Amino acid sequence: MTESAVLSVEDVAVDLPTPRGNLRAVDHVDLTIGAGRTLGIVGESGCGKTMLSRAILQLLPKRAKLSGRVMFDGQDLVHLDPERLRKLRGRSLAVVFQDPMTSLNPVLTIGTQLIETLQEHLELDSHAAKRRSAELLAAVGIPAPEQRLTQYPHHLSGGMRQRVAIAIALSCEPKLLIADEPTTALDVTIQAQILDLLSREQRRRHMAMILITHDLGVVAGRTDEVAVMYAGRVVERAPTPALFKKMHMPYTEALLAAIPKIDAAPHTHLAAISGRPPDPTRPIQGCSFSPRCRYASGLCLREKPLLTAAESLDHQFACFHPILAPAGVDA
Amino acid sequence: MATLELSIDEDVAVSPVARTRRLGPLFWAAVVWMVVVFAAAALANLLPLPSPTDMDMLERRAPASALHWLGTDGLGRDELARLIYGARISLTVGLCAPVIGLTIGGALGILAGYFRGRFESLIVGSMDVLLAFPPLILALAVTAYLGQSLLNLTCILGVLGIPAFMRVARAATLTLARREFVIAAQALGATHARILLRELLPNVFLPLLAFFLLGVAVTIVVEGALSFLGLGVPPPISSWGSMIGEGRESLEIAPRLAFLPAITMFLTVLSFNLVGDALKALTDPRQSAL
Amino acid sequence: MAGFVARRLLYLVPVLVAVSLLTFLIASLLPGDLAYVILGDQATPEKVAALRHDMGLDQPIWWRYVSWLGHVIEGDFGRSFRTGQTVLQAVAERLPVSFELMLLAEFGALVIGIPLAIACAVRSGSAFDRFMTGTAFGMLSVPAFLSAILLIYLFAVELRWLPATGYVPFAEDPVGNLRCFVLPALTLALGEWPVLMRVLRSDMITTLQEDFIAMARAKGLKPSRILLVHALKPSSLTLVTVTGINIGRLIGGTVIVESIFALPGIGRLLLGAIYTRDLVILQGVVLVVAFGYVLMNFIVDMLYAVLDPRIRHGHA
Repeated sequence: MTESAVLSVEDVAVDLPTPRGNLRAVDHVDLTIGAGRTLGIVGESGCGKTMLSRAILQLLPKRAKLSGRVMFDGQDLVHLDPERLRKLRGRSLAVVFQDPMTSLNPVLTIGTQLIETLQEHLELDSHAAKRRSAELLAAVGIPAPEQRLTQYPHHLSGGMRQRVAIAIALSCEPKLLIADEPTTALDVTIQAQILDLLSREQRRRHMAMILITHDLGVVAGRTDEVAVMYAGRVVERAPTPALFKKMHMPYTEALLAAIPKIDAAPHTHLAAISGRPPDPTRPIQGCSFSPRCRYASGLCLREKPLLTAAESLDHQFACFHPILAPAGVDA
Repeated sequence: MATLELSIDEDVAVSPVARTRRLGPLFWAAVVWMVVVFAAAALANLLPLPSPTDMDMLERRAPASALHWLGTDGLGRDELARLIYGARISLTVGLCAPVIGLTIGGALGILAGYFRGRFESLIVGSMDVLLAFPPLILALAVTAYLGQSLLNLTCILGVLGIPAFMRVARAATLTLARREFVIAAQALGATHARILLRELLPNVFLPLLAFFLLGVAVTIVVEGALSFLGLGVPPPISSWGSMIGEGRESLEIAPRLAFLPAITMFLTVLSFNLVGDALKALTDPRQSAL
Repeated sequence: MAGFVARRLLYLVPVLVAVSLLTFLIASLLPGDLAYVILGDQATPEKVAALRHDMGLDQPIWWRYVSWLGHVIEGDFGRSFRTGQTVLQAVAERLPVSFELMLLAEFGALVIGIPLAIACAVRSGSAFDRFMTGTAFGMLSVPAFLSAILLIYLFAVELRWLPATGYVPFAEDPVGNLRCFVLPALTLALGEWPVLMRVLRSDMITTLQEDFIAMARAKGLKPSRILLVHALKPSSLTLVTVTGINIGRLIGGTVIVESIFALPGIGRLLLGAIYTRDLVILQGVVLVVAFGYVLMNFIVDMLYAVLDPRIRHGHA
């Protein structure tokens, strides 16, 4: 990477004590992302991707235990004092949550929720803040922005609300934007619009972005790099084109195969991945994917594979039996 | 423990009795206190105490001494003895009045919840009329008209409790009457009386009992308030309430005359509230999934 | 909605009639004779008979009830034979005092309860939270007259900061007036705050787990703003409702406090009527208070229905 990393997640693990035992939500994850680059994090529900995003933001539940370092802009967020952390959040480090109906406060106006961020971080007076808020709403494609300022979230449709959330996230020109499943709660027809909006704004502001999703189709063409997560670990990481053309991890292959193809014959079997994600309170000895993997061997069941590099340094995978010459799919 | 149940019953308090640790040390301490107070009141005659009515004009408002363990009051009467005999009165009214509410209100509630229809509307309606009066005002008015006596006091406090017991019984009956064991009994040809007595009553009894204990706490308080104003138990009978009322005059000189009965009353009311609340948590119909 | 209101109003009428009947019956149960009471030691058989005839006491009971009710509907609740004031006059004089007490008491309860609820919700499950919740439970076992004694002892006897009794009208001396209300309002507030605190705490704990609170934190807002603006507002609905209900319930609850602190309110009017056996005032005041209570409950019922549509359609 030629540019220095904006965010560097180093050996981060998140443990959650539960009545049924310790839950390792994130299992020693390393990630970096450079300025202006987009990283996609893909995985099934429960693979730890949301916990990872909360860990980066330092917004974990009270009982969670975090180890490792999160280097952002040269500072370790894990050990940063709360006041400085608070100043970073919303300003240099922004987030868009999954469900805009619940992430926007239902009893406060759109305007209030935009203006308060601007006034907190940029110390604008109310007049300037109002103007800027209207500009932001226009920039994210919301018609009649001045009227929207006095409206409440429930007056807007789901897609509109997410645009508002994006406007709030972008309001203070963050260096890094984390989008946690930004389109999962929206209609399919709106999804592309929102994703395009995010990509456009990211390019325009030369902002780093992490796009978290369970849908491989979302990251294709919109990200520079992809990290695939399974059971709390990163199991494959590569530049996006490489991942789709030459994936090495059987899990990635299975994920790709699971995407329904529009040109498939009618009544083609949907290739779902058999089995279920493992119970995080009962860690499996050996590779976490082995119960569901069709290439699994005895070794896979006994030992955990570590991330190793493939042909190029920026393509890594964790598998004892990587697919070396796969059929590949055009990204 | 994340969120608490939201319910706006007037009588439900913030409960220190956690659901998981139901009968903790607080509960048992409350039980012990109740036993002590009951025993003292019941066995008052046998205890080696001076008489509560003997006045010793030379020893008025005397501090604690070997002869008078808690000192004497404004008329030279032994304070400890007065406390114990006062317990008799407070507890008697406190227990007997809710019994009236329990029996009459409970019966009306079960019948209303079981038979439904116009009968139910009639009962609920008449209770509403009773509930239309602020309780204290009604009690004051009735004792003013009928005169002060222990019997009148107990009766009016008992009657005031009927609507609340009716509600509890009716609510419990409504949830139970639709359960399978009642329908089964009806299918077997059981008479109404049989269903009411054998099926419903035993199940409604526990919530009523929990409510009864809370009712005792409330009655002790209301009787105390009335007696404090001199409008409760007729003099020369004295309960904790009237002792506090009398003690009020001596606040400057001998505050303990007001505080000793006050603390005793507080501990007793608190104990009844704790035990009643614990029982209520145990018998909450929302928790039982039959 | 209009149908619901109309039905409840219709239901209200029989209740009010029944209330008046009950009040009247209690009055008629008086052992002994009203005329004797009035005449006192001037009673002779002729005077008693004459007065009874004058007052219509020799008529059958149903006639007396109807006639009395007729007067009530016209607004004539009777006239005290001790003071000569009409009931309505006496009530109108005393009502503002009781209202001031009720409002200040509820205000005090909010001032105590809201900060505690917020503090407990933020530290939910901690030792502080458990302690405060336990204290709230304990306070519910302390009746008003006990708190009153304690407060009088502390502030009036020992510290001598505040007067134990007395009343100064607001128009005359606002500061003095408020000083007279501090202890009485505090007494009532001590009994009211546990319920308010519990309700707000519960709602806030739920709200604090919502996504929009996580979002507010992610935006880097000040913790005070998150609590007071983002969290408090959506949690206040039940609190507002309960506060309104409580103010209404306090109508009967000021009797003790007014008596102890010598505030000339409705409660003290009632007690005075009892002590002086002024039965006309007694009957009139009970009726007025009961009517107010019924209306208050009615308004509260309406409020519930507005807030929870299920009640409107008879499902609750």
